[in-house]
Amino acid sequence: MDFMTILQLSDSSLRLATPLLLACLAGLFSERAGIFDIGLEGKMLAAAFFSAAFAFTTQNVWIGLSVGIIASVTLSLLHGLASITFRGNQLISGVAINFLASGMTVVIAQTWFSQGGRTPALSGPARFEEFVLPGASSRIRDIAQQDPLGQVYSELLSGHSILVYIALLIVPLTWWILYRTRFGLRLRAVGENPAAVDTAGISVVWLRFAAVMICGVLCGLAGAYLATGLSAGFVREMSAGRGFIALAALIFAKWRPWEALGACLLFGFLDAVGNRFQNIELLTFLNLVFLFVVLVGAIMLVLRAIAIARGKGKTRALTGPAIALGVGLLFSIGLPMLDPDGGLSATLNNIVLPVQFMQALPYILTVVILAGFVGRAIPPRAGGEPYVKER
Amino acid sequence: MTTMKSLLGAAAALAFSAAGALAEPAIIFDLGGKFDRSFNESAFNGAERWAEETGGTYREIELQNDAQREQAMRRLAEAGANPIVMAGFSQASALEVVAPDYPDTTFVIIDGVVDAPNVQSIIFSEHEGSYLVGMLAGMASETGTVSFVGGMDIPLISRFACGYAQGVVAADPEATVIANMTGTTPAAWNDPVRGGELTRGQIGQGSDVVFAAAGGTGLGVLQTAADEGILSIGVDANQNYLHPGMVLTSMIKRVDVAVYDAFSADTIEPGIFVYGLAEDGVGYALDEFNQELITEEMIAAVDAAREQIIAGELSVHNFTDDGTCPVEMQ
Repeated sequence: MDFMTILQLSDSSLRLATPLLLACLAGLFSERAGIFDIGLEGKMLAAAFFSAAFAFTTQNVWIGLSVGIIASVTLSLLHGLASITFRGNQLISGVAINFLASGMTVVIAQTWFSQGGRTPALSGPARFEEFVLPGASSRIRDIAQQDPLGQVYSELLSGHSILVYIALLIVPLTWWILYRTRFGLRLRAVGENPAAVDTAGISVVWLRFAAVMICGVLCGLAGAYLATGLSAGFVREMSAGRGFIALAALIFAKWRPWEALGACLLFGFLDAVGNRFQNIELLTFLNLVFLFVVLVGAIMLVLRAIAIARGKGKTRALTGPAIALGVGLLFSIGLPMLDPDGGLSATLNNIVLPVQFMQALPYILTVVILAGFVGRAIPPRAGGEPYVKER
Repeated sequence: MTTMKSLLGAAAALAFSAAGALAEPAIIFDLGGKFDRSFNESAFNGAERWAEETGGTYREIELQNDAQREQAMRRLAEAGANPIVMAGFSQASALEVVAPDYPDTTFVIIDGVVDAPNVQSIIFSEHEGSYLVGMLAGMASETGTVSFVGGMDIPLISRFACGYAQGVVAADPEATVIANMTGTTPAAWNDPVRGGELTRGQIGQGSDVVFAAAGGTGLGVLQTAADEGILSIGVDANQNYLHPGMVLTSMIKRVDVAVYDAFSADTIEPGIFVYGLAEDGVGYALDEFNQELITEEMIAAVDAAREQIIAGELSVHNFTDDGTCPVEMQ
């Protein structure tokens, strides 16, 4: 596996992780305020359709994006109305939104465009073009000619749609809002103990509606990115389960923004690997897995070391990433030492994982994570419960 | 009461006259949808051409999910439609069940084979058409690496891939062919995002011509190829117009001709009918959108190969005969 392949995989992971990340952060705001939202999928789908439809008719992607966000926020308000105002069951309301979006988008698309439930293909100003940083090449063939540093710059850092950069910026923004503002504190409190917030004289209903609307805006961005950035137009069911994977990522991340970024990148990476390597040899697959472990371990180690240097966090927090890094390095260095004649490598190389396995991997992982394999995930305590002022 | 009676009477008269009239033909489109710019749309165009030329009307059903297949066939058969054309290989298993129940109705299935006395099975020699566009790809490629994106991983699509690879190697024996399938479920016909990602990966491996045989997914492949500045090849319908100057050619499969023929035939013979190069059932597209991409030499070479295949001097291996391909693909 050469350097360019690794770069392309990372590049593809970033692209595929973006809609997951936006949806995951959307869910984070909503669930942290105590409103479970399995309607992420439906909201993304509705936003994808409306953004594509309006981007096509107005030939302006920004108008498309705005309409997509409005559509998604409207569904959010519907969810809020059902589960906050009328204290309905949040899961049922979410399922209803998914069904509604799935049917409605196709019917409206058929009425407006008569193209079998899709929008016409978008081009030019109706689409988010690649955002090329100064001095970077945009075509893969030119990039392959550059030196490694230039390749990282052109392939990985440059050449994404503007929404990818926005999504990445929303992660620290979310962290700041949740942990450094009064609004964030109240939002978290309303998900843990709404009665306490109410006692302090703050409106629980208003806070929860605010959270649900932020969720709508972020889902709108995710949907618009799917239809106008990642591909060129809306097709039936194009969200393809990403809303549910985002929920799994949210649980994996234990409802925290930075961890959400990591979880979404992991799912994006698996998706990218499934696309790139169909019928992968076991050895290559293991190499990839350990490569990822080493990368994540190293990044986490640096981040936590910085936190400790600044007097926050405990030394104990370093053990996890250090073990990951160690195991990854041990494998990459240890395998050739254990296996001087290459017999084991050859065996591993002969075992070919079928494409079905690779494409099922994100879903298998979702099941494993949801089964609680990775630590204990404790949801916000008041999640799923409608707030009743007096009992 | 009297109103009710006259209404009922009118309804009965209507029903009678409908039965007495000449039976309407019908068509069932597959999951990709009537406007997939590809296979189903081509079938739709054939039906429309028939309606325009004869002034007749036809019934149609667009399937939304797999469970509807049998129901849709029965509904049309019981409504008296004849013949009923089924577009798409995935309708074969449902048709096997339905056909014996309606011995007086003639069914035509495209891309699938059903052995029944009232069914005509139409198959296309996709490997031959793919061979021709493969030659064009081999000649147009500058890097010596070309690629293929298939839809669902089924033998029919491997037939496209294998014919394509043989054509590429015939034009450039040193060439490398990369082949990827989008998925293993019918959703693979409608996933332009994954199609685009696969294409990017192939470009990274050096490909500069990509052939998409993937229904709606192919739109994502063609889009990415145009964005990245490489050539692409469309499928089924002529897709050259989608990105003028960036689509090298299209592997045309005249599904429209098959539908048109079925609708206008007086009697439809049961059995298997093959639309090959000789019948103009498959071929490559040349129009104002790609004329600058294809040189005289390329046309001469491809047309020579076409003549040889028709004359039987050149045989293109058909993947579905034995499940193997003589050319190695990555």
